[in-house]
Amino acid sequence: MRLGSGTFAACCVVIEVLGVALFLRGFFPAPVRSSSRTEHQAEPPAPEPSTGASSNWTKLPPPLFSKVVIMLIDALRDDFVFGSKGVKFMPYTTYLVEKGASHSFVAEAKPPTVTMPRIKALMTGSLPGFIDVVRNLNSPALLEDNVITQAKAAGKRMIFYGDETWVKLFPQHFVEYDGTTSFFVSDYTEVDDNVTRHLDKVLKRGDWDVLILHYLGLDHIGHISGPSSPLIGHKLSEMDNILMKIHTSLLSEERENLSPNLLVLCGDHGMSETGSHGASSMEEVNTPLILISSAFERKPGDIRHPKHVQQTDLAATLAIGLGLPIPENSVGSLLFPSIEGRPVREQLRFLHLNAVQLSKLLQENVPSYKKEPGFEQFKMAERLHGNWIRLYLEESTSEVLFNLGTKVRRQYLDALRTLSLSLSRQVAQYDIYSMLVGTVMVLENPAHPNSRWSELDVVILLGTMGHVLSLGASSFIEEEHQTWYFLVNTLCLALCHEIYRNCFLGDDCEPRRCSHGERGFVNTAPALQDRSIGHDELEPHRASKSPTSLNTLRGWEKWMAMASPWVILTCCRLLRSLNQTGVQWAHRPDLGHWLTSSDHKAELSVLAALSLIMIFALVQRRCSLTSKVAMALGLLGVYCYRAAIGNVLFPWQRDSKDISKGLIEARFVHVFVLGILFTGTKDLLKSQVIAADFTIKTVGLWEIYSGLVLLAALLFRPHNLPVLVFSLLIQTIMTKFIWKPLRHDAAEITVMHYWFGQAFFYFQGNSNNIATVDISAGFVGLDTYVEVPAVFLTAFATFAGPVLWASHLVSFLSSETSSGSALSHACFCYALICSFPVSAYIILVTSLRYHLFIWSVFSPKLLYEGMHILITAAICVFFTAMDQTNTKS
Amino acid sequence: MKDTDIKRLLYTHLLCIFSIILSIFIPSFFLENFSILETHLTWLCICSVFVTAVNLVLYLVVKPNASSKRSSLSYKVTRFLKCCIYFLMSCFFFHVIFVLYGAPLIELVLETFLFAVILSTFTTVPCLCLLGPNIKAWLRVFSRNGVTSIWENSLQITTISSFIGTWLGAFPIPLDWERPWQVGFSYLKQQNKCLYSDGKTEEASQYACINDVVQLSSDATSLSL
Repeated sequence: MRLGSGTFAACCVVIEVLGVALFLRGFFPAPVRSSSRTEHQAEPPAPEPSTGASSNWTKLPPPLFSKVVIMLIDALRDDFVFGSKGVKFMPYTTYLVEKGASHSFVAEAKPPTVTMPRIKALMTGSLPGFIDVVRNLNSPALLEDNVITQAKAAGKRMIFYGDETWVKLFPQHFVEYDGTTSFFVSDYTEVDDNVTRHLDKVLKRGDWDVLILHYLGLDHIGHISGPSSPLIGHKLSEMDNILMKIHTSLLSEERENLSPNLLVLCGDHGMSETGSHGASSMEEVNTPLILISSAFERKPGDIRHPKHVQQTDLAATLAIGLGLPIPENSVGSLLFPSIEGRPVREQLRFLHLNAVQLSKLLQENVPSYKKEPGFEQFKMAERLHGNWIRLYLEESTSEVLFNLGTKVRRQYLDALRTLSLSLSRQVAQYDIYSMLVGTVMVLENPAHPNSRWSELDVVILLGTMGHVLSLGASSFIEEEHQTWYFLVNTLCLALCHEIYRNCFLGDDCEPRRCSHGERGFVNTAPALQDRSIGHDELEPHRASKSPTSLNTLRGWEKWMAMASPWVILTCCRLLRSLNQTGVQWAHRPDLGHWLTSSDHKAELSVLAALSLIMIFALVQRRCSLTSKVAMALGLLGVYCYRAAIGNVLFPWQRDSKDISKGLIEARFVHVFVLGILFTGTKDLLKSQVIAADFTIKTVGLWEIYSGLVLLAALLFRPHNLPVLVFSLLIQTIMTKFIWKPLRHDAAEITVMHYWFGQAFFYFQGNSNNIATVDISAGFVGLDTYVEVPAVFLTAFATFAGPVLWASHLVSFLSSETSSGSALSHACFCYALICSFPVSAYIILVTSLRYHLFIWSVFSPKLLYEGMHILITAAICVFFTAMDQTNTKS
Repeated sequence: MKDTDIKRLLYTHLLCIFSIILSIFIPSFFLENFSILETHLTWLCICSVFVTAVNLVLYLVVKPNASSKRSSLSYKVTRFLKCCIYFLMSCFFFHVIFVLYGAPLIELVLETFLFAVILSTFTTVPCLCLLGPNIKAWLRVFSRNGVTSIWENSLQITTISSFIGTWLGAFPIPLDWERPWQVGFSYLKQQNKCLYSDGKTEEASQYACINDVVQLSSDATSLSL
């Protein structure tokens, strides 16, 4: 029965992965969109409203600008332009913002603040769903109605240079393009030079209507060294010069053509304090949006403060500016200052077009649209507009016209604002059906093994329950690391209590009590009996050997055992101050920031070198000679790699001028990782063939484990190497002084591994926020973006903590217990304890799907959980494979 | 005998609760701007002083384990000094544990220490009063089946409940509800990320007392039956 349980659990987890996938498919809704997607060309533009007299303006108005240049700088935060950095590094832009013919805005990007959804938002004016983050890595062509497609249909000639995503989104839209790949994150000069080198030629030629430039360098600098790096300043000056060049060239051309041009400077998303993006903090969401054109002339002394607008407003503005129909899914409203200089009749015409488009979208998405305040306002405005047109055609006095015009305009602007708001708020319908099926499939797993819960410790169960319950509150999800640190600390104290009782009272004759001292009285007799039975069953060879536990340790070992929980607690405390994560306290200074700042490179180098030596010392003791050598060389390679890409220094190296991509070094390490993994697998296979030699299998498993450690050492950022060291140290201490002498059963050891794995996930600096995923790990040793290895490496680097602890669990259990049931039992427990929170979380998310924070807090966590369950499934399959070899031998 | 003990126990716990309540109201007559939430540090000091005093007085009056043996003054003095040292040690021990749990090492050191003091007041002081500075007896009481009298039983329950209360008191810290009653620890929250909140121990101890009373009354009824 026991033997089957491991396999059963593995199957259940695999089914659960399918369930979660199905659930995710249902959960992430299709965004608000218009139903008439195919025949949008056929629709004629709405004519000007009029009462009585008929208007002659039934066509689309002509374009306002002859040429449009969009200069998009990736990760341009608002304070890079409007703040002190802008004044210092972008003098020309600051001049334009303060005194020039321009309108500046702070455009708010909606989460997910990732490039592709942001480009979509800018060009379609709609709000892309959260699932676009997942699709970000292979962007399919954009089918929705957007400005670019409209411009192409209108025969505009467009040129694009910059991020390749555009070329993928809009294939065959550009008459000329040069896409640069955005995936090699550590390069920040070449990506921009590739864009700028075309500029002179293109600006001189002038045979185009729209020029789009997407600069990636700033974003890459952010990912590498954060927003306070000195590199940012250089990059901003470079961008300022480019802007000046474009602007002067546009101005000189205007003098010949006499029709105004438009230059748009914008960012797609901001940059958090750690230099990443993806979430919804103020720094990530606020981007500058500056419209520069000689049409926006202003008198001296006219101070325009940057207004807060939505990023989606740009699409409507661009469409009007280019004389195109507004994209039909756009939820944005026209940026009114850009048309302020036009005659009143034109202004009203533009506003009317925008309002008609928005109200149509509202009609298609809200059944009770007639009751919406925005729609009522729009109808009102339309009526007034009709009156105004009649008066205008009858040529009334200018004053009456002007007053009524102002009134109509105000009415329209109100209507636009309300319409745009109610559309943005519109929560698209969830696909309840597939969510239900997914939930049922997920629930099928934990519902079955109810009878086995008595095997688990009451404490651990209560801790797990507490954690699961805490998932219902958004703050607890944001600060989930606190929960895990707290639980791990409590676990250590409980272990401490157990060790001390064993040492001082020596109550070996009575069965081990509940390890949690504070809840000792909760324990029940049946649980105790049950565990002692399981105990005997699991480790028969040990029970007969000696009844005493800690007494087997002598002298200093006993003292070490007593000190070990405190050592572990201290390690955890140090790791906690290494990376501040979460939301509320993420901005606080931590050791990691201190180490990564460029002033402390020497300290970081020493720390990295020490950590690598420690890793070698801790891992090598159980490896075979070949893998020992491979490990040493590999760790040396890791240091060389970090030195090559400029993170750490060699003692003989004074400055870090020659920064390379470190391809050779990284591949060198990859070879050793594969070598060690291969040796381990070979040993495992050998143990299966020979069947007698038990130690070969142990060594094989340990070698696989050490191969993973080496890979993690390569992928972790250098300041995170201590995390790896402490993880190994804690594992060694726990093995030697806690698990072996106290003879915990497999279930307890599994849960402890799981808890520590989760805590280390957060010690690494992860959080339940997409922004903390370290994408650069996916490009270690890769020249260009290759999807499969990049995704694999990123996933491994992110989930290194849980994966390493789980593989340690396999290697520990198979070396400690010769009886086969321990592994399958552990597999069962691992599957259970991982899938329980996931299933509970899915139910919670379903019930909270109209929560305010569903997109910013709950959805990213859901994606993390989905990924976690996938990795758990892989681990469980590995467990089962080990278990099978065990039973065969 | 047992009935009188239970009655006494009930009164001592009631007095303890009463002293905690008094510590909230009395200082406002003497100190300006006193309130639990705003000047919580002062209140913590006052509360721990009150509770210690009540415990000592009760110990002297009730004498649950009255030893008939008369002892010399020097013996009493050393015993008292030992108790003080034990109390201080427990304060530092708790402080270390709070730091290990994530309280900041340097900033807010006073808050952390006062929290350690109040936790010691609710756990160590009753132990010292009842059992004296005798580690063996402590270990006996807090191990399984080691309880000999109803006094020790009550001690065990109150101490363990205080620990659990402290432990549970950390849970609201990550919440960001910004409600008025959260002022007490949103103040803490703004400045630190540590895992404690001060008001909670107090409540926990009250709960402990209440639990205790409930259990004792049920004991009493079962005895009378």
